[in-house]
Amino acid sequence: MNGTSEIIQIQGLVKRFPMGKGEFTALRGITLTFGKGEFAGLVGPSGSGKTTLLNIIGSLDVPTEGWVNVLGNSIGTLSAKEAAQLRKESIGFIFQSYNLLQVHTVYENVEFPLLLLKHNGSQRRRMVMDALEWVGLVDKEKSKPPQLSGGECQRVAIARAMVKRPPLVLADEPTANLDAANSHHILKTMETLNRELHTTLLFATHDDKVIGYLRRMIYLLDGRVDRDETVRKD
Amino acid sequence: MLLALRLAVRNLIGAGLRTWLNALVLSFSFVVIIWLKGIMVGWDHQAKNDMTDYEIGGGQYWHHLYDPYDPLSLSDSHAPVPSHVKDEIQAGDMEPVLVVPGHIFPRGRMQSVVIKGINPAQTIWKLPTGELDADTDAIPAMIGAVMANGTRLGQGDRVMIRWRDTNGTFDAAQILITAVFSSNVPSAEAGQVYVPLERLRKMAVMHDQATILTFRDGRSQRPEIEGWILKTKAELTRQVDDMIKAKTVGQSIFYGVLLLLAMLAIFDTQVLSIFRRQKEIGTYIALGYTRKEVVGLFTVEGAMHAVLAAFVATLYGLPFLAWQAKAGWTIPMEASEFGMAMAQTLYPVYTVGLVVSTALLVTLATAVVSYVPSRRIARMNPTDALRGKLQ
Repeated sequence: MNGTSEIIQIQGLVKRFPMGKGEFTALRGITLTFGKGEFAGLVGPSGSGKTTLLNIIGSLDVPTEGWVNVLGNSIGTLSAKEAAQLRKESIGFIFQSYNLLQVHTVYENVEFPLLLLKHNGSQRRRMVMDALEWVGLVDKEKSKPPQLSGGECQRVAIARAMVKRPPLVLADEPTANLDAANSHHILKTMETLNRELHTTLLFATHDDKVIGYLRRMIYLLDGRVDRDETVRKD
Repeated sequence: MLLALRLAVRNLIGAGLRTWLNALVLSFSFVVIIWLKGIMVGWDHQAKNDMTDYEIGGGQYWHHLYDPYDPLSLSDSHAPVPSHVKDEIQAGDMEPVLVVPGHIFPRGRMQSVVIKGINPAQTIWKLPTGELDADTDAIPAMIGAVMANGTRLGQGDRVMIRWRDTNGTFDAAQILITAVFSSNVPSAEAGQVYVPLERLRKMAVMHDQATILTFRDGRSQRPEIEGWILKTKAELTRQVDDMIKAKTVGQSIFYGVLLLLAMLAIFDTQVLSIFRRQKEIGTYIALGYTRKEVVGLFTVEGAMHAVLAAFVATLYGLPFLAWQAKAGWTIPMEASEFGMAMAQTLYPVYTVGLVVSTALLVTLATAVVSYVPSRRIARMNPTDALRGKLQ
């Protein structure tokens, strides 16, 4: 923890999934807190529970045991509507495979979260153009995802996650499909946005390029926190 | 809802050819259903108009013993014309018809007929009764095209006719066919021989008598007449209504099959869509949609096919339907063989109700078919959906 106000509190988190006739335990008693404006990463090998933890923090999944509080919301007790409301208003997602809406233009993809929030047209236009400027894609606003490179697609995904200026952005392996140059470009963009907008960015990654940018690293191993290190301070 | 509509339009347009192929198939259902129903409505209108013009006028009074389906009732179903309708008859707004059973002998064969005595100067029906006012040594008579075809009689032919008078005495004379008419109303033609009313009254010794009194104006309230049964136009055309209803039920099966084919395409598209767009579904949920809202979005998207189909149907269906309303549809076999009032060429009539109800039917069916596979989304795990993992 960096000593800032806590926006994520996790206490004794256990997550089990049914598997065949038995169960698979993905997370085994995780206890963590994250503060506002952190640039942190869940690091570990495949199957260590990074994505599962990210999904629970993002209210896409619920804990089997334990307690997770995100921005004042207890994840395990939220109704589907309340969880959707939390995601809509306060959480941005960035995915490994971008998950852009293929038939929509770059502009429409970035505009989508604002449509859900019912912002008016001129407000949407201004916010979308700001977000595209952050990621350097103003000239591609009319392009569709199939016409973009992988790096450009991920920059659109970042713009989509940041456009509503959420307090929390969750990025699951955001550079896994990108080359080194694009990865660094993306990470620099995210770092800048973290500084300028004070958005908490939480990564799930095992990419060394990402690890190099993180200010805090939580090593997960077999569903447990192995190490929690503050590696770099501004 | 507005957002769902907006997204649905974007997604559908984005899906390209697949969307337009579905819309085309669905539009075919639109056009065919409207056309077939239009034919039914047109047939109904035409049949009733033809019956009015050639048989029932604005309605009728029947002698209380008259039963057109019981030939044995004909001998006794006549009575003097009631005195209080004579002014109406004088004014030409009511026409008495005397019905007498008889036989004709075309080419040596004997055929039962109904001899109808009718006023040659009448103006209620479109029957060419003026042709009965002929100067001839035989009895001038008129028959319908159905009768002419069956007996191979034509204009100018003579044939022996036999009847029984009111005393039960058989008599016979020659008739001269002065006119053959075509009415599209088989019951006005088959087995019917029309002769001048006064001539038949003399032949049957039934002075001033009638079996049927047909009046012109069917709108006003008609009084009851003792010994006569009032048959309104609605009652007399009920047979047409029943037949149209029966036909409509039969046609509904056809619509059903047609709609089923279109719905199958929509269903298939929806299933494929949900299967292929799992990542997108997960993304919608991650961005703040509930699973129920995504179900709604996919349902609206599927149902929007009906809106696009209506648009496509307008492009090619409107000219086709307009052309049909003008040119009509000619039945490829002899219409008179159906035994019902039916013109050889039917002109479809399209009402606002018909178009709106068809559009609602197709849209509703499309919405239901879109909803059924979309329910699967509600059971999806969003984290698996995000990874595009098959569920």
